[in-house]
Amino acid sequence: MSAEHAEPASFAFDAESEAKIATILKRYPEGKQASAVIPLLYVVQKQMGLQTGSAWVPRVAMDVVADRLGMAPIRVYEVATFYFMFNTKPIGRFHLQVCGTTPCWLRGSDEVLRACKDAGHLKGYGDTSPDGLFTLTEMECMGACVNAPMIAVDDDYYEDLDYESTVKLIEALKRGERPTPGSATGRRSSEAAGGATALTGSETE
Amino acid sequence: MAKVTVDGIEVEVPNGASVLQACEAAGKEIPRFCYHERLSVAGNCRMCLVEVEKAPKPVASCAFPVADGMKVFTDTPVVRNARRGVMEFLLINHPLDCPICDQGGECDLQDQAYAYGHDSSRYGEAKRAVKDKDIGPLVKTVMTRCIQCTRCVRFAAEVAGTPELGGTNRGENMEIGTYVEKALSSELSGNLIDICPVGALTSRPYAFVSRPWELKKTDSIDVLDAVGANIRVDSRGPEVLRIIPRVNEAVNEEWMADRGRFSFDGLKRRRLDRPWVHKDGKMVAATWPEAFAAIAHRLAGLPGERIGAVAGALADAESVVALKDLMAAYGSANLDCRDDGAAIDASRPDYWRFNTTIEGIEEADALLIIGSDIRREAPVLNARIRKRWAAGRFPVAYVGPRGLDLTYPATHLGDGPGAMGAFAETLKAAQKPMVIVGRGALQRPDGAAVLAAAWKLAAEVGALTPDWHGFNLLHLFGGQVGALELGFVPGQGGKDLAAMLAGGVDALWLLNADGFDPARIPASTFVVYQGHHGDAMAGRADVILPGAAYTEKDATWVNTEGRAQRGRLAIHPPGEAKEDWRIVRAFSEGVGKTLPYDDAGAIRARLAEASPVFARIGEVARGGCADLAGPAATAAPTDAAFVLPIPVYHQADVISRASDTMAKCAEVYGPQTALAAE
Amino acid sequence: MALSDKDRIFRNLYGFEPWNLPAARMRGCWDGTAAIIARGRDAIIEEMKVSGLRGRGGAGFPTGMKWSFMPKQSDGRPSYLVVNADESEPGTCKDRDIIRHDPHTLVEGCLIAGFAMGANAGYIYIRGEYYNESVVLEAAIAEAYEAGLLGKNAAGSGWDFDLYVHRGAGAYICGEETALIESLEGKKGMPRLKPPFPAAVGLYGCPTTVNNVETIAVVPEILRRGGAWFASFGRPKNSGTKIFCIQGHVNKPCNVEAEMSIPMRELIERYAGGVRGGWDNLLCVIPGGSSTPLLPKHICDDVLMDFDALREHRSGLGTAGVIVMDKSTDVIKAIARLSAFYKHESCGQCTPCREGMGWVKRMMDRMVTGEAEVEEIDVLENVTRRIEGHTICALADGGVWPVQGLIRHFRPLMEERIAAYKARNTRLAAE
Repeated sequence: MSAEHAEPASFAFDAESEAKIATILKRYPEGKQASAVIPLLYVVQKQMGLQTGSAWVPRVAMDVVADRLGMAPIRVYEVATFYFMFNTKPIGRFHLQVCGTTPCWLRGSDEVLRACKDAGHLKGYGDTSPDGLFTLTEMECMGACVNAPMIAVDDDYYEDLDYESTVKLIEALKRGERPTPGSATGRRSSEAAGGATALTGSETE
Repeated sequence: MAKVTVDGIEVEVPNGASVLQACEAAGKEIPRFCYHERLSVAGNCRMCLVEVEKAPKPVASCAFPVADGMKVFTDTPVVRNARRGVMEFLLINHPLDCPICDQGGECDLQDQAYAYGHDSSRYGEAKRAVKDKDIGPLVKTVMTRCIQCTRCVRFAAEVAGTPELGGTNRGENMEIGTYVEKALSSELSGNLIDICPVGALTSRPYAFVSRPWELKKTDSIDVLDAVGANIRVDSRGPEVLRIIPRVNEAVNEEWMADRGRFSFDGLKRRRLDRPWVHKDGKMVAATWPEAFAAIAHRLAGLPGERIGAVAGALADAESVVALKDLMAAYGSANLDCRDDGAAIDASRPDYWRFNTTIEGIEEADALLIIGSDIRREAPVLNARIRKRWAAGRFPVAYVGPRGLDLTYPATHLGDGPGAMGAFAETLKAAQKPMVIVGRGALQRPDGAAVLAAAWKLAAEVGALTPDWHGFNLLHLFGGQVGALELGFVPGQGGKDLAAMLAGGVDALWLLNADGFDPARIPASTFVVYQGHHGDAMAGRADVILPGAAYTEKDATWVNTEGRAQRGRLAIHPPGEAKEDWRIVRAFSEGVGKTLPYDDAGAIRARLAEASPVFARIGEVARGGCADLAGPAATAAPTDAAFVLPIPVYHQADVISRASDTMAKCAEVYGPQTALAAE
Repeated sequence: MALSDKDRIFRNLYGFEPWNLPAARMRGCWDGTAAIIARGRDAIIEEMKVSGLRGRGGAGFPTGMKWSFMPKQSDGRPSYLVVNADESEPGTCKDRDIIRHDPHTLVEGCLIAGFAMGANAGYIYIRGEYYNESVVLEAAIAEAYEAGLLGKNAAGSGWDFDLYVHRGAGAYICGEETALIESLEGKKGMPRLKPPFPAAVGLYGCPTTVNNVETIAVVPEILRRGGAWFASFGRPKNSGTKIFCIQGHVNKPCNVEAEMSIPMRELIERYAGGVRGGWDNLLCVIPGGSSTPLLPKHICDDVLMDFDALREHRSGLGTAGVIVMDKSTDVIKAIARLSAFYKHESCGQCTPCREGMGWVKRMMDRMVTGEAEVEEIDVLENVTRRIEGHTICALADGGVWPVQGLIRHFRPLMEERIAAYKARNTRLAAE
């Protein structure tokens, strides 16, 4: 994949990002700054999201990261393209990440996908809506399987979804609201749906 | 040592050796793609799987260490199944375009498919296609053929020291490339073609030119730098079609530099293919007898002291000794082989040789570089330095233009000779310190003083001991050292280049001497130019004697270490051009000063008599330094900044300057001096 | 006899109480940590061996033994503890609950484990998608530093220990311990060749032990209550309590900490409300996360949930992600989706996995529609055999096992599907 789309001419970390970087670099031993490559790419992606409304990592920013960490640029390109969470192309304001792996599929992720397409005006995976609000991505298992099906909107998990609750979520996002992450059916977390079957406080030997 | 049994054959291999090495010691050939003995072990192709007793799964023999008492099986149903599986997996997405693939006939995948391939494919799905990458004018990519072995990635990062290749994306979408389209910046990029086991990386100039079985293969020596890389010249009829390296552990391992590999199209252009004589204000084509007569006429009656001869960068030893003998017959001691004006002290061989030797670099433990961009003056030798650096604890510093990228970390001490001493403490602390002086550092008015100062520093820091010779001069071209070994320098009362150019002679015989500005020759001086390319110097000649390029003659070359090596005739010189020593010999006969040798055996005997270097072809006399007395100098060097001798790597000699391929490179890469980079 | 709440290690698994330090202390965390450390390395490792704890990340390697591989004397290199919180095996979501609801069990475990292996620093590598979980974990670590439980003389133990969180960025392969180390070093997550093993050459070339979150988080409780206590649950060599993730076609999907060796049917019925439509509506179960071959109902009827019992049925406990499928399931499609997962997550390093997983995925896609020849089932099976065991790491093995399990137990269904497709197309062609 080459960087053929609109690349910004330059990238520089802002003050907030610099502060984060200073903290990040302290975690790794002297001479092992390359460890910070994933964290710094996150910083880039976050800053791009805040500045441009599209959280992605342009190639010029990869070069900045390489320079900062004393790495060959190609080593940063490798990392940025290997890990699925880095967007090497611009995306919409909200990143709708639908889990389509078997545990979610068994519980109806096809319906969730359909809801995303309908409500978000998306043609399918990889698409960005005409208004630039949403980009739809199929994710592999995101590790919330007992609350399947689920989607992640950017960093937040929305769980126990069906068609209607997914539409509701997307409509809320359009209105500029950010619903509280978690279960759409009122479950606290991963306790048995409909009421915990362990840690009930009443269970005895 | 560990005792290992391979298919019932017991072998002893060093502890730490790999199972693959043990198998080879037992005479078992292990197929492999990703494994390359000069690169780090990747273990990813899985072709070299073998069974090891007690191991639950077959192991990658390239990566698995031996243990004493280990039993290895290389030909079991499990092993065969594994290898057939790998072969099948490699082929499902590999295009079967062997008939139009330049790797065809010398392709590891093709060869191993004979042993492990199926006669038909079970794969019915769509094959993967991968977009080709533009990585410069030399290396062509057909990325659909790539088997992701990562040899190229490792070569670029480890040997060349230019980590620009990588594998982006992952899984079956992993692609080898630069991500951002860019030409590789390495001067060793051609080696990628050799290490690629398939036809993904091939030679762009060689694309669709020939099949390997049509080629005549001639062993020879690269002379376009002074490393003396061992090469094979592949030709068909009158044309050189490609040049590839041969293995010589002591010299080039198995690498060669791009200029040496890709300049050969320059052998066909701007050639001097017949004699020319200056007549009535212009050059006219002549016959050999006419050309010889013109020279004989001009030399007749001149006293020896008014005749001079200069040998240049690409002069072979045979012609140099013949010309020296001819000059002696004319009574002339006006000889100089330092046509670039380098102030080399020819009074002792270790003043001009790379005494540590190339292999010896690996023993050194500190290095000071003076006035040389080694990466571009001797890329293969630089790779050896990098190899030494990669082994750890090897401080390097340099004096010269700031910002040199040598492919390994090096401290910049300063621009001029004044900074040389700044590294003395580190060198002193080392057991085997090395000093490398670039020939370019001596091409200046105070060159002799630079040389003397560098030697003095080497002596002071302990680089010169009875067991270790850490003083090194790095030459630039394959003909330069041989001429020094033959003493092609002013004899008793003889004039040097400067004196000759200052009106000291009336006739000047230039043998491949292209190293100075022709405008410096006084108008009244009669100039004979013997060489193979119509470069600037030929334009100044009164008589042109067309010689043979290095691929067109059996000739002896001496590399920067003082290692004499034989090149062989691969193709015949064009037109009426002739082997150079035979030109001199023929002339001598015509003027009644017949040189006493008339065949290859006799001229080589003459060489061996002239210098012991030529009596030990391929060898080098390595030793310590018994005599600390340094080259003569009358003053200390000035602190003028060093200037690098080769501003454009790809166009440094008459052959590369005539090459279209190199012209394209020069266009893509531009001048590569450090200053230009800033 | 079901596990009682008082014998559950993760007493805040569901987050009914706050995760923070005061609440965690109320639940018993950080109680007598210094005294545990005062017992010394050898005693701690011995107690872990007594507990019979086997790694909870999938492979089930005995934890005490793993720790004992770490050098007793440093050769100048530091040692590292690395916690694998890259929970990415489809069907697995247990570490997430530990991190977001009971992080101090993990943080305290890190200190003790770090001490037991001579490490003064630890990294918790958490999958990138668990962003909110990483925020909680960072906050818990900050609390611990604030309270003197980490850093110099951590928890008053005399042992210095620093703990850092490092986020991954979306790569299942980083759950493989050497790929995780590569990733932590700033490279692509490509598994390393072994030997050398991480205990000799791991993070930054130093001795390193990589442990799963759950493995480390149960350590403090085991050492407080004794190895024998932990070993009293489950069968020998399969001892302890374990978090199961019960999902798919059950009435009440949930995570639950239960005793090892619990019968699968009891686990599903007691905690997850049973199979949708009743036990007899069960088609099959993937017992231990996506890599473990499915088990048809007749095996599920009485199989125990532990390492050895599931291995006997050519499957595994894996990460204890129990994926339940009822009779409405297109099981070929369910497994085909897993093949797509493994193709997507192959790092691309080894030939058999890089090329083979795509081939398997494409064949499986055709098996779903039936657009195949019956003989291709054998080709598919043979291709999985050519992948299995021929790669650097176990991702490819885990990728082909589900397919092998499908063929083993549902071959007739696959043949039917192919026949139906042929019939349909013959008819169409005839019309």
